[in-house]
Amino acid sequence: MSRAVESDLVERLLDGEHRALARAITKIESQSPGYRDIVSELHAHTGDASVVGITGSPGAGKSTLVDKLAKYYRDQGETVGVIAVDPSSPYTGGAVLGDRIRMASNVGDMDVFFRSMSARGQLGGLSTATADAVKALDAFGKDRIIIETVGAGQNEVDVVKTADTVVVLVQPGSGDDVQMLKAGILEIGDVFVVNKADMEGASRTVAELQEMIHLRDDPRANLDTGHHGAAAFDDGHGGGHGGHADASDAESDAEDDPANADEPLVWTPQVLETVATTGEGIDELVETLDDHRDYLDASGELDEKARKRAGEEIRQLLRSDVNRLLEAELDRRGGVEEFAQAVVEKETDPYAVAEDVLEPLRECLDDRAD
Amino acid sequence: MSADSEQRTIRCLIAKVGLDGHDRGAHVISRAFRDAGFEVIYSGLHRAPDEIIQATVQEDVDVLGISILSGAHNTLVPKVMAGLEEYGALDDTLVIVGGIIPEEDRPGLLEEGVDAIFGPGTPMQETIDFVKEHAPERP
Repeated sequence: MSRAVESDLVERLLDGEHRALARAITKIESQSPGYRDIVSELHAHTGDASVVGITGSPGAGKSTLVDKLAKYYRDQGETVGVIAVDPSSPYTGGAVLGDRIRMASNVGDMDVFFRSMSARGQLGGLSTATADAVKALDAFGKDRIIIETVGAGQNEVDVVKTADTVVVLVQPGSGDDVQMLKAGILEIGDVFVVNKADMEGASRTVAELQEMIHLRDDPRANLDTGHHGAAAFDDGHGGGHGGHADASDAESDAEDDPANADEPLVWTPQVLETVATTGEGIDELVETLDDHRDYLDASGELDEKARKRAGEEIRQLLRSDVNRLLEAELDRRGGVEEFAQAVVEKETDPYAVAEDVLEPLRECLDDRAD
Repeated sequence: MSADSEQRTIRCLIAKVGLDGHDRGAHVISRAFRDAGFEVIYSGLHRAPDEIIQATVQEDVDVLGISILSGAHNTLVPKVMAGLEEYGALDDTLVIVGGIIPEEDRPGLLEEGVDAIFGPGTPMQETIDFVKEHAPERP
């Protein structure tokens, strides 16, 4: 493994060779030697793609929706990259990655680059791997990148946060889903899509989401039931006009709240309805995604997000590197088993061991600081 | 964590090609591979050779397992192999074929570049061991 191999791979990737892109993502995913050089070299070529994350509970229709979105973008002559993340077994590490089956509209079209990834049980490593894979697709020249993941926990939330725009997919009539949303995913959604909108209970789910979004946006919203109640009603019946509703919302929010007066641009999460299997509502969804992108651009939030993400990436890398250093140090001192035995026998305690192992590192850094 | 990431995960694509609606075998092998710790991508039914090629190239799988029970293997397998060659994926992908393949057709498929053929009744462990042993070393 030499530096030349990586450079060659990057060069072929930038030349548009599919196999090189696929191999680069493999290296990123398995963190094989040299993958950091690859990502470093790719970094300068990124920043042109718009990245959308799609999350939702299993069976909500994510893969089908992604397929239709990809088709829409392809019809407009844009190239698409998709990263679909599926869980893996915590026992064997094995996984069945099934999202590819749904990509029926784009079969044989090499300009839709679809890649399945599994959570390989690395602590926080999945979001790093996803972010790096997105960079590879971006550098390759994909116009649109879609990240798809099951919304089941913190890991997935981290993954989807690598996107500029986050879409949360909800099934109609699933009170349980709404319960899950309360637990955290509601906060990360820029656009909410009630898929399978032809099913019973869809409009009720839309109304519930509207209500929760308005509560989230402004804790005082429930005091002003007249105005916000009307807005929720409008949106519920004309999801397609979401973008316009947003503009007026932004204005009225500024009026309502003097604290917001100096930042006139506010994004109110939109609630849309789709039937992914037939493609109904996809036009509106694309429009809303573009609206959100425009908003990010105009408000400067796009840059802000990029900065935040970069900061998070640095932290994540440092955490895993330091972790590795300390694991090695543990091994040098006879391995964690020995310490664990001593702790169980009450000869020492976990805090003392951690302090002991960490001490040389702390000393070293203190020395440098002086 | 570091130990995990250094151990290579074998990625497989299990593919059903052509007009062949029987995928019990493909499901069984997908599960067995998963339980052996592999990452398995299942293609779904009725895939064209182009789709299999696209998936193999993009997913960068170590192993492509083609399941054919329709008897069309002499037509479909060479198409897949040619496509893999076109995208430079033939050399470092282990290709195995499962299903009903008559004895007299086997030499031809092996000549096309298929690495192994597993007929009905092959013990699951034999297939898994073969994959573990022969999964290509990636540069």
